Amino acid sequence: MHQIFFWGFALLAVFSALMVITRRNVVHSALFLISTFFWVAAIYILLEAELLAAIQILVYAGAIMVLIVFTILLIHVEETKIINPWQRQRPIAILLGVFLLGEIFLILSRALFPESIAGTALQQVAQEGNTEAVGKLLYTKYLFPFEVASILLLAAMIGAIVMAKREIEK
Amino acid sequence: MDTSLSLFGDYQVIHNYLPILVFIIFAFAFAIGTLIFSYLVRPNKPDPEKLSPYECGIPPMMDARERFSIRFFIIAMLFLLFDVEVVFLYPWAVVYNKIGLYGFVEMMLFIAILLVGYIYAWRKGALEWE
Amino acid sequence: MVLVKIIIILGVILLVVAYLTYLERKVIAHLQVRIGPMRVGWHGLLQPIADGLKLLVKEDIIPEKADKWVFILSPIICLVPAFVVYAVIPFSQHFYLANINIGILYIISISALGVYGIVLAGWSSNSKYALLGGFRSAAQMISYEIFLGFSIIGPLMLAGSLNTLKIVEAQSGVWFIIYQPLAFALYLIAGIAETNRIPFDLPEAETELVAGFHTEYSGMKFAFFFLAEYANMMVVSSMAVILFLGGWKGPFLPGIVWFAIKVGAFLFLFIWLRGTLPRYRYDQLMRIGWKIMFPLCLLNIALTGIIYYLFL
Repeated sequence: MHQIFFWGFALLAVFSALMVITRRNVVHSALFLISTFFWVAAIYILLEAELLAAIQILVYAGAIMVLIVFTILLIHVEETKIINPWQRQRPIAILLGVFLLGEIFLILSRALFPESIAGTALQQVAQEGNTEAVGKLLYTKYLFPFEVASILLLAAMIGAIVMAKREIEK
Repeated sequence: MDTSLSLFGDYQVIHNYLPILVFIIFAFAFAIGTLIFSYLVRPNKPDPEKLSPYECGIPPMMDARERFSIRFFIIAMLFLLFDVEVVFLYPWAVVYNKIGLYGFVEMMLFIAILLVGYIYAWRKGALEWE
Repeated sequence: MVLVKIIIILGVILLVVAYLTYLERKVIAHLQVRIGPMRVGWHGLLQPIADGLKLLVKEDIIPEKADKWVFILSPIICLVPAFVVYAVIPFSQHFYLANINIGILYIISISALGVYGIVLAGWSSNSKYALLGGFRSAAQMISYEIFLGFSIIGPLMLAGSLNTLKIVEAQSGVWFIIYQPLAFALYLIAGIAETNRIPFDLPEAETELVAGFHTEYSGMKFAFFFLAEYANMMVVSSMAVILFLGGWKGPFLPGIVWFAIKVGAFLFLFIWLRGTLPRYRYDQLMRIGWKIMFPLCLLNIALTGIIYYLFL
């Protein structure tokens, strides 16, 4: 039963992803990308990662896609033109593709986590729920990465304003 | 509880989400069903005047899809950044009574760092809407 | 069992939305010393049903040069999230569809998806008013979604859970509105703005934008936007009741009645505000949000943290 749901969600996610890259209209692609994020969130739920699923929808499907949709509509590029746009980018794209594929294989070959880590984490989740477990770990053991994240967000914010400001002054 | 829900055995979490999936399917079915039903019963006599977009009575000029103010883009960007920030606050709020003062101080530090960005945005006029 | 519950919830939403429009017309009419609908049924009681039927059989117009599929899909994208968030709302101690650990986060994240319906409705119509209205609504909704998110952190800290049932149970003694008056005020303002209601109904500023993002919509698709707006009003009210007013809790009466009374009070407040207040300008709206509400939200979190640490 669990498997059937996984295959269902996975097929829907992959189908949506394929639609993203085959649509000529960028707005349609964006809609399919939202759908992809949604089904990935459903797979997170199957993995009992509830908090991650909610964040996937809130941040990816909710916020990042809003930014992308706004950008598409604001700069008016709904239709992609097919006058061979990728000639120069193609080698880089192929290189990146190979790199990503290698990464996927690497992760798949190591997919079996050490019993001990997976075991304790799952026990903790079962006892007190996903959000509590993540919260406790994030704000005690992984404090430093958490504070670094705030610096990263600050840098992103300042960068965005500097760039947008230049546009306004034009 | 419905017997179909117990097929997962130990998967307690999914068990709780199955009604939501069913609800989503139902909501879509309601929306699409209603549209199809109204498609069957309503009249359909289009003519060019009816189909032209509304523009205070004059024939529409130019394409509506123009370039837009960059203000909307700045708002979307600020939204994304603060959305990520608020996501960090949810797990913190939930465990606050367990991690106490230590957790409070580190979250205040986190917010203070982002406040720098907020003040910068304010000073640079990104929050203005002229 | 689950299917029965879903059908009950959907049916109740549709019925309440229908009679909410009736109530709104009646209350506003009396606020303005009119009498409102009187013709269809006793005191116009069948008016919403007549309206619904009318919308169902109205001709549906898809403007030329509109993106047909997105034009049809937008109202559905708006409506479905407005419905499915009800899955985690506990109407009483025993009547709820799903009991999940991330209840509040689920409501926030799913209802955030409704914004695509609005911005794409504006874009796909190929009308200038609709496009500008769509962008304005979307920018307003995403801004106030942030403040909504920040304002509920306080009660969540007190409850120590995102589960809607546990949040209500945590208010067995004192309702969180006593501990969190500032958060409640901020939540209410953000909630009104989030649902695009007066005094923040800029998307439908008739005097400048015709009807905003749904200018070109007619028939059932138009009705979907309407349904979604009123369903969202009920969600915002229900969340306020769960987070601040102790959910279904109350003496003597059964839980579900208390829940209905509390939500009803909020809905009445929404209508009352519409009958009383003028509309803000768009720049004022953005200034209130980003320059006043946002610092107050952070202040509330800091204060809650300090007071909680010192006294509880």
